[in-house]
Amino acid sequence: MSDLFTYALRLGDDALIAAQRMAEWIAAAPQLEEDVALGNIGLDQLGQARSLLQYAGSMDGRTEDDLAYFREEREFLNVQLCELPNGDFAHAMARLLYFASYQHLLYDELRASADETLSGVAGKAVKEVAYHVDHATQWVLRLGDGTSESHRRMQAALDELWPYTAELFESDDLVRRLPVAVDPAGLRDEWERRVLAVIDESTCSRPEASYQHRGGRSGQHTEHMGFLLAELQHVARSHPGATW
Amino acid sequence: MSHLSYARAMDSFQATIDADSRIEPRDAMPDGYRKTLIRQIAQHAHSEIIGMQPEGNWISRAPSLRRKAILMAKVQDEAGHGLYLYAAAETLGVDRADLLDMLHTGRQKYSSIFNYPTLTWADIGAIGWLVDGAAIVNQVPLCRCSYGPYARAMVRVCKEESFHQRQGFEILHTLSTGTPGQQAMAQDALDRWWWPSLMMFGPPDASSTHSEQSMAWGIKRHSNDELRQRFVDMTVPQADVLGLRVPDDGLVYDEVTGHYSFTQPDFTELYEVVKGNGPCNEKRLATRVKAHEDGAWVREAAAAYAAKQMERAA
Ligand SMILES: [Fe+2]
Ligand SMILES: [Fe+2]
Repeated sequence: MSDLFTYALRLGDDALIAAQRMAEWIAAAPQLEEDVALGNIGLDQLGQARSLLQYAGSMDGRTEDDLAYFREEREFLNVQLCELPNGDFAHAMARLLYFASYQHLLYDELRASADETLSGVAGKAVKEVAYHVDHATQWVLRLGDGTSESHRRMQAALDELWPYTAELFESDDLVRRLPVAVDPAGLRDEWERRVLAVIDESTCSRPEASYQHRGGRSGQHTEHMGFLLAELQHVARSHPGATW
Repeated sequence: MSHLSYARAMDSFQATIDADSRIEPRDAMPDGYRKTLIRQIAQHAHSEIIGMQPEGNWISRAPSLRRKAILMAKVQDEAGHGLYLYAAAETLGVDRADLLDMLHTGRQKYSSIFNYPTLTWADIGAIGWLVDGAAIVNQVPLCRCSYGPYARAMVRVCKEESFHQRQGFEILHTLSTGTPGQQAMAQDALDRWWWPSLMMFGPPDASSTHSEQSMAWGIKRHSNDELRQRFVDMTVPQADVLGLRVPDDGLVYDEVTGHYSFTQPDFTELYEVVKGNGPCNEKRLATRVKAHEDGAWVREAAAAYAAKQMERAA
């Protein structure tokens, strides 16, 4: 498997699994405006996933659906942050702040990639995720500095998801040797600066250094991932060879 | 308002209705007109948001990424329809929070069609084709409704509903030309959704309670039975294109009238579902109430934050 294939899959799987979780909010959000907003965000993520999986698939004769529906759990390369169950709305916004801030820095740099497809996807996506960051930021501020209950929940969410953030910036041989890729290790400082500024303004305290989960990039996931995939894949797998 | 100016205002209301012009929020209107509209628009808005559930049920399992994206966008459109409609109702002097409360406490209804379960992927096709299709038949005349804000909301909604209808048809078309398993799934969905779709036009004219006054006020333009007939005439040829069988042995095309004669649905089932005795009534309402209650702390936080910001700005 080529490095470029694996790289496109990593980014595509992040977006796909994030979209799958985001979509669970539709018809369950705290207010109707938020059903619409989270639906938009999920659709953006799904759109990014499709472009990236189509690109990966074009390298070995598979379709986006072959990759989404017919790979096994160990072949999915997304970070674990994206697959965790939704939790409450504070968790949704903490995850979106962490993830979209990372994606924003990543896509911003990827725009300059010598790979035209990657730079094209990044050029479109960077605008979308700028909105996701903004949406998450507004909510983290409201919840952190809202009521005592919302503050408590926001703090808990920021703390619980923090241990899943180091994985976003994990570097490895692949990203170091693939010239068209962005090495995420280089994004860490700016990410922290931005995210911590939001957390400070929200009146929450900065999460403490803690155990950091790893493994998504090599297909080792949390126990939640199998259930997520079972749901995502089951209809497609029940009708082998069918088109939809 | 004095008796005389009240009488004059009502004359001008009637003149507007008679001229087939639009009543706007600031215009005087009879109390019954306002109440009827609030009830109807709220029920319509509630239907849009409850309707997100049966379809939302399949987003996570949509069998291709393209279909997943289309379905997400559709369910999101329905949330948007809910928003426009609550906004239209608010022009009549009620607010969304109170209307939602009426929904949550069972004092206002939503379309009974959403009390049926979505059991297979083909149901997503059947809902788009039949349920959005029936909604279009019901709603196109509402684009000429005498109340301006409702009529304008309907214009926007109808455009999107016709996309939904086409997408639903396309889902079923793909299934009905697919594997035997997919074909069976499509037929099963039509078998289950046909009768409830016919019920979407309400009781037969002979036993419809609100119709006459609504017609006089230009809120309703066609009778339930007329609209049901229009739906059948539109849908049966489409079923033929799909190669699916409409589950009605009494269905015959009448060359003379140019209409299909068809078997009426079992309206006692409709009355039961309206009363609360349908397969998903409890689940739909419980899911809606849970989303609302789970979100209470979020809405309170947003209000508290906005108040603090105002204070800081002052
Ligand atoms: Fe709608
Ligand atoms: Fe619709």
